[in-house]
Amino acid sequence: MKTNSQSVKKEPRIRIAKRVEMSSKYKILLTAFSVLAALIISGILILFLGKNPFEFFLQVIVGSFGSAINLKLLIRIFVPILITSLGLSIAFKMRFWNIGGEGQFIIGALVAMTFALLIGDSLGRFGVFVVIVTGAVGGGLFALIPALFKVKFNTNETLFTLMLNYIALYLVQYFLYGGPKFYISDRPGIPTFKVIDEMLFLSDFKSGLFSVDTSIIVAAILIVFIFVYLKYTKHGYEISVVGDSVNTAVYSGMNVKLITLRTIFFSGAIVGLAGALQLTGSAAGHTLSVNITGGVGWTAIIVAWLAKLNPLGISIVSLLMSVLEKGCGYARTKMGISDAVSDIIQGLILFTVLACDFFINYKVILKKTDKKNMLFDSASAKNELTSNKDESEGSNDLKLCEGGENK
Amino acid sequence: MNAIISLLSSAITRGAPLLLGTTGEILNEKSGSLNLGVEGIMAVGAIGGFLGACWTESIILGILFGFICGALCGLLFAFLTITMKANQNVTGLAMTIFGVGVCRFIGQNMKTEGTFPIMNPNLTSKFAENGIPLLKNIPIIGPLLFSHNILVYLAIIIAVCVWIYMNKTKAGLKMRAIGENPAAADSVGINVDLYKYINITLGGGIMGIGGLYMGVIINNGTWNDDWIGGYGWIAVALVIFANWSAVKALLGSFIFGLMLALQSKVGNLAAEFPNALGWTAKIPVEFYMALPFILTAVVLIINSAMHKKSGNAPSAMGINYYREDR
Repeated sequence: MKTNSQSVKKEPRIRIAKRVEMSSKYKILLTAFSVLAALIISGILILFLGKNPFEFFLQVIVGSFGSAINLKLLIRIFVPILITSLGLSIAFKMRFWNIGGEGQFIIGALVAMTFALLIGDSLGRFGVFVVIVTGAVGGGLFALIPALFKVKFNTNETLFTLMLNYIALYLVQYFLYGGPKFYISDRPGIPTFKVIDEMLFLSDFKSGLFSVDTSIIVAAILIVFIFVYLKYTKHGYEISVVGDSVNTAVYSGMNVKLITLRTIFFSGAIVGLAGALQLTGSAAGHTLSVNITGGVGWTAIIVAWLAKLNPLGISIVSLLMSVLEKGCGYARTKMGISDAVSDIIQGLILFTVLACDFFINYKVILKKTDKKNMLFDSASAKNELTSNKDESEGSNDLKLCEGGENK
Repeated sequence: MNAIISLLSSAITRGAPLLLGTTGEILNEKSGSLNLGVEGIMAVGAIGGFLGACWTESIILGILFGFICGALCGLLFAFLTITMKANQNVTGLAMTIFGVGVCRFIGQNMKTEGTFPIMNPNLTSKFAENGIPLLKNIPIIGPLLFSHNILVYLAIIIAVCVWIYMNKTKAGLKMRAIGENPAAADSVGINVDLYKYINITLGGGIMGIGGLYMGVIINNGTWNDDWIGGYGWIAVALVIFANWSAVKALLGSFIFGLMLALQSKVGNLAAEFPNALGWTAKIPVEFYMALPFILTAVVLIINSAMHKKSGNAPSAMGINYYREDR
């Protein structure tokens, strides 16, 4: 299908063109179909192992929803992915490639940990609030580093946030193995972080048979908040204008630098909030650890993307991803299938959905068409390339394609 | 003295997989694709190459298997980002999750169904065969430069070949033109998609060999859940540090390899020279681990502050090319 690579003289036999707009019913149908395709491929993989794929998927479902305890464990995986993904989505909406979720998450947890150890039980139950807010601020400030360099020098944020992930990780590792004794418990043996004061534990949300951390309430509020924030506020409008075209934003008198800094602070703060909630919640045993993120920062990027940055979509996709993670772990104990299969399925789903996006955004034209290839003025190449892109993408804002920087 | 030689030699041993990953990534980025899937592609190359070597009992075929597995991943990335116009960052991250998953899946299944395959000791010794005869007997230089496993030399040869290809051949010039401005390259009749496909696939293959190195040399062919251990991400960083040049990557991989080697060897070094280098052991080891990333971040900032558009960074990196968008 190397359609747009044929020589200029020849009329291509197969041609692709941008689709104007596909009805959302078809979009959802196509996406669902591609998820199904990924599941079928994974099923075939299971079959090759000599196991029954139907039993496998049944176990995945049972392992996620089968009992109150499974459901509780599922929610523990689900909430951090959801909140982190919501946080990243507002940065992506502005086409700021914040792939520093891992770093912001762990820094959020680290800052929350620091404050938790400092205040102990001196503030009573109010302390939980302080700890969580400081954690969020910590994550926001950490995200502000690449944002500052972005607005000042136009430093590539994709690569910078990537580097910061590892710098943050090793910082936490340092506090565990080599740093001040402040963070370390006196338990003999391998160093572990202290457990925070019981007064600072996140309270439970009890409902019927089981209780979960209140972080799920925070997540629910955030879904609504982000939805309203992006869709109905001035800030949200500014974010989408900057995301579509920086030039348009500049010409219309927007303070792009301020908008960038503010948005990235919020983005990092929400991710940091997820980290702080994870720390104070029961999932991580009320303590910090080097792998407290559990790869959430990476998964969340994929979730945000699959959901087209739509908050409601994000909650659905987060659920799907956490079911895969939880369910595959369960299926491992029941059927002896490596839980790495969940990573494979996640990857496959993304591949098929990315491929399906192509059919949503483009149409394939088989017959000859009149449209001649225009000759190209190389001097204005770059300008034209970017400005055309800005125009064409204003129409469908959910397609944030071609990544990289806004030029 | 021994501590220094052992440190430097270990730096080369640890730098070589970085060099392979980086060379592959340079081919990707210079043709305009920011491939964040290095870690995953290396993982697939590692398990594929390892099994290939075990089954065929041949070192050459093992390398070939690693290359092919990596290249297939590269091809998948190319198909998704070029033909399907998927976002490169997301595809790369998905490739990382997928590739590491594939590697763990195969490895764990082999462990649960009996024992993990152990490479024929004969073959292991062949992989780790110590260097070039005669030359390795020269004092100091011998153990330093001429007593490594063959993959180290292969990595250096590949890096030099890639540099020659990129800078001295017509095809390399076209490839770099695509990375700078695909529309302009297209307008002078360069087959943009074909060139991208070839370079990404080739780059993936080279990363695959880097993965094989991680499995066979760094982990001695014994299974643990994390064969690549973040080397793929360091390779992404190294591309920036090496300013997108395969030859500079030679030096860069040595420097980064030194930092990796310091993590385990800094104690010996400080013990042998307590006065001159005693302070090195006082620096927390996590600092050495973070140093590649800190240095890269600094290089990123300096490059952008000097308005050098990130040094040699290709202008169109990370941006998909769609002809009708021109």
